[in-house]
Parts: sequence; C-alpha cells; structure tokens
Amino acid sequence: MTSFKKTSLALSLMVAASATQAAAATPTNEEIWTLLQQVQQQLTDVQQQNQQLKVENQTLKTKVDQTEQTANSAHEAVEAVAVATESAVKSASTSKTTIGGYGELHYNSLDDQNGTDDKDEIDFHRFVLFFGHEFNDRLRFFSELEVEHAVVEGGSGAVELEQAYLQYDLTDHNRVSAGVFLTPVGIINETHEPTTFYGTERNNVEKNIIPTTWWEGGAMLSGELAQGFSYDLAFTSGLETDLGNNYAIRDGRGQVAEATAKDPAYTGRLKWTAIPGVELATSVQYQADVTQGMDATAGGATLLETHAVIEQGAFGLKALYATWDLDGAGPASVGADEQTGWYIEPSYKLNDKVGVFSRYSLWDNQAGNSSDSEYTQWDVGVNWWIDPQVVVKLDYQDQSSPTNQAELDGVNIGLGYQF
Amino acid sequence: MNRTHNAFWQLMFISLLFCSFTVTVFARGVNQTNEEFIAETFSNDLPKSKVVWIKDDLRPAIANILGHEYAGLRIRYWQQAGRTAWILDEIGKESPITFGVVVTDGKIEQIKVLAYRESRGGEIQQRAFTRQYADAKLSEQKLDRHIDGISGATLSVRAMTSVVTLALYLTQFINK
Repeated sequence: MTSFKKTSLALSLMVAASATQAAAATPTNEEIWTLLQQVQQQLTDVQQQNQQLKVENQTLKTKVDQTEQTANSAHEAVEAVAVATESAVKSASTSKTTIGGYGELHYNSLDDQNGTDDKDEIDFHRFVLFFGHEFNDRLRFFSELEVEHAVVEGGSGAVELEQAYLQYDLTDHNRVSAGVFLTPVGIINETHEPTTFYGTERNNVEKNIIPTTWWEGGAMLSGELAQGFSYDLAFTSGLETDLGNNYAIRDGRGQVAEATAKDPAYTGRLKWTAIPGVELATSVQYQADVTQGMDATAGGATLLETHAVIEQGAFGLKALYATWDLDGAGPASVGADEQTGWYIEPSYKLNDKVGVFSRYSLWDNQAGNSSDSEYTQWDVGVNWWIDPQVVVKLDYQDQSSPTNQAELDGVNIGLGYQF
Repeated sequence: MNRTHNAFWQLMFISLLFCSFTVTVFARGVNQTNEEFIAETFSNDLPKSKVVWIKDDLRPAIANILGHEYAGLRIRYWQQAGRTAWILDEIGKESPITFGVVVTDGKIEQIKVLAYRESRGGEIQQRAFTRQYADAKLSEQKLDRHIDGISGATLSVRAMTSVVTLALYLTQFINK
C-alpha cells in the first residue's frame, strides 16, 4: 500500500471512531425527557419547601411581634411595681412624727481638796426624749423631755420639760417659735447632746454663768439676715434670783414651772457662720427686774455673751466669754453685781473616732467685790466616738476654788448617745 | 434708767423684726427644681434619663456609703459627653434634703442643694461650703478629703458628704 493510502485509511478510521463516541455522549431524546421530568420534580419540591418556609416565617414573625408586646407589657408592669414600691417605702420611712433622744451615764471620782465633800458616784445624769411633729410644710412642734438622775421620788432626780414649742415659717427666711424653748445664748445651751462636746460634765462656765441649761417660756423670732448671718429675738419669762442665793444667776431659773412672770426678758443673738467650720456669735439679754419684783434692793440684769467655735481640719477651738451685770444695792452688797466667766478649749482629732482636748475655765458669781469667790479649772481628756452618735469620754479635772468651797479634783468617765 | 433700758430693747426688737423680712437668703425652701437643674447642667440639650437598678452587690455597697439601706429600687441619672448628673435625697436630721450632683471624669464637677427642709444647718447651701467638694474623688469607697463642718449642722453636712460619695460610686459603677 502506498503511504497515501495508509494515511487516508488511518484518517477515515479515526473519524469513524470519533463519530461513534460522539454518538454515545449525546443523550437520546428519552434521556432528555427523563432528565427534564426529574428537574421539574425537584423544582416542585423546592417550591413546596419555599411555601412551607414562607408560612413558618410568617408564624415566627407573628410570634416575635407577640413576644415584643409581652416584653413591653412586662416592662410597663415592672415600672409600675417599682414606682408603687418606692412610693410606699418612702411614705413609710418619712413619718410626720419623729422620736429622738440622748442620754448620759456618768462616773465621777473627785476628791475635795478643801474638805470632805468628795464626789464618788455613778449617775445616769440625763435621759432625754425628743418628740417632734410636722403638721404641714410650715408648722411644726418640737419637744424635749428629760429625766435627770434616774429617780425623782426620794432621789435627787427631776423630770423636766426643757423644750415644747410650736414653730411657724413666716417666710422662707424667718420663722416664729412660741412655747418653751432654749434661750439663744452660749454654745452648749442649744446644742447639748453628749456627742457634741468634750468632757463628761458640761463646762462650769456655761453652767454657772449662762446658766446652762436655760429655758424660758415666750415667743421668739429667728431668721437669716444675709448668707451665713442669722439672728434670734426672744421675748420670754425672766430669771428670779434672791439674796438667799447671793443673787446667783443659776438659781434664778424659773424653768417655766409656774414661774413668776412679772418681769419679762428680752434676748437677742447674732450668729455668723459664713466660713465652713467657723461660728461666731454674740448674745445680749436684758430684764428689768431679776427678782421679779420680790426684792426692792435689786433691779435689772444684763447679760453679754460672745463665743467662737472653730473647726479647721483636725484642729478645734472653742472660746466663750459671758458676763452679767446686776443693778441694785442688793446684788452689789454681796458682790453679785458682776458675775463673769470665760473658757478656752483647744482640741485635736487624732482620727475620725478619737479626739483629745484641754480646757481652762474661770468663773466667779461674785466678781463685783474683792472677796475670794473665783473658781478656775483645768480639764484634759479624750472623747472616743465608737459611732458618730455614741461617745465614750474620759477626762481629768483640776479645780481651784475659794477657800470655803469644795475644790474637786479627779477623774470623770462618761458614756453618751444620741439618736 | 429702767424705762430707757426697756424702751431701747423694745425698739431693737421691733427694728430687727422689720429688717428681717427684707432680705433674700438661704434657709428652707426650694432653690431649684429637679428639671431646672438637669436643664441647666446640660445646657438645655437634655439626654434621656436612664436608671440603674439596685441589685446584687450594689445594694450593700450603697448601704455602706449611706450608713443605712437605700429606700428605693433604682436610681435615675442623666449622662452625656462624659458628664453624669444625679438627683439624690438624703435625710439630714429629720427631713430629706434634695441634692443635685454632677460627676465628670470621676471627679465632682458640681454639688448643689436643690431643696432644703431642715430647720437648722442651712449654711450647707452656701457656695463657701459646697466649694469644699470641688474635684473630690473616691478613695476606697470614701471621699478623698476631710470636710470642715458647720457647728449645729453636723447631720446635714454628713448627708451631703454621703450623697457626694454615692454619686461618685454610682458613676464609677455604671461606667464599668
């Protein structure tokens, strides 16, 4: 065979072979039909599934909407419960009537350097209850009832109504009080809870000269004249002293217990508190007859008092000066025409709970003459506030007294609370 | 001499009486309403208020700061651009005092008494007093400084200090 014949034979054989293969790859009509039917079936299935999914989706959407609504209702309900609960708690906790109080237990171990008048005793010196009530936004009542020395009958105790007054707000910055209230004089007279001062016993200057605790019956106008500048004006019953007590001011307190009210007293006070931690105040009191007309040889009496209370950081300082000027030959004859006292008390807070103090006091209820009637006293001690409203006190006192009077030196321990 | 004395004091009494009605100063009453305080704080661009629910450890933490249980379920606040404002009530001696506090960057930007209802201690409303709290921060759940008190108003001062401390603590809590 020639090469040409060989090539053409090979070529035709190759074409025939591929034709046959091609003929095998192309599906027959029947196969196409089957395929088509399969695809159609699948399409139908997918469409059905799609429809199902659509329905489920709709259900889910509805459910989500419902859940959202439920959540909103729950939220509103919780809001309502919260508001109702808070308002109920609030009205339960803010009663219009308030009860408070304070008390002091004292232990004194004092030796009389001038004689045998020692004082070794333990005494629940004061048990006090405060009752207050708010009638409305502007009108309120406040009272202080005290039991002194625990037992009244047969004991040295006393039940005293130290405060019982109604107070009405005339304007936002002025108010009037009427009833029995504390005379606006001194440091301790108005603020005398045991947690507010150093020393187991109240200081002798305020006790004998002011004389703390001093309350009278009458009316008082109080208010603010400017920022940090306040005033008090009181028109009250007055003191009634007599020769038997050497016209000593402290013994002149009528305590509004069927007290003679022939001669009233006028008291005025100005207080400046514009700087935080500083209080400066001065009070003046005048009454026309300090014996309520019972003693012709006695006349009017004027009190001048001034004090400073300073707290800066851990340092504290209290200083007070008070002097009475009594008219008339009666007081002058026993030297009681001038009754004076002053004290100075520096203190230091070691930390939030413990403070130490020292105090020098001088007082004389017969300063008008040159007789030996002057007392001086050194106190040094510590206050431990185991809670801001509970205090334990320990102090040592060294007194210097006139020759014929008790001179008490020794230790005092006190426990006090307020609420 | 007695009559002159008497007349003098009576005159003093009456003239001070007249003086007293003329001046406007801080005592009892509302200084600013809650709404006015918030509006002023955020320069009238008020954010919507949010609440912090007092639950779990927050309740004892708050009780520790105030010294008593908080009588409420949640506390409302307003917050914007890093500044948080709180309005909190706290009892001084007998009556609640309403305070407005603004905290910025963990420090006190402002403390103001919005309403004062006690009969004493109104001096805590004075700027000279509230200035002591400026830029105050928290130091171990307490205030980082000592506040000079006002004699006769220890409880009102304590109320303000508690509220300031609480505002700082709550701001720290919500920003965690």
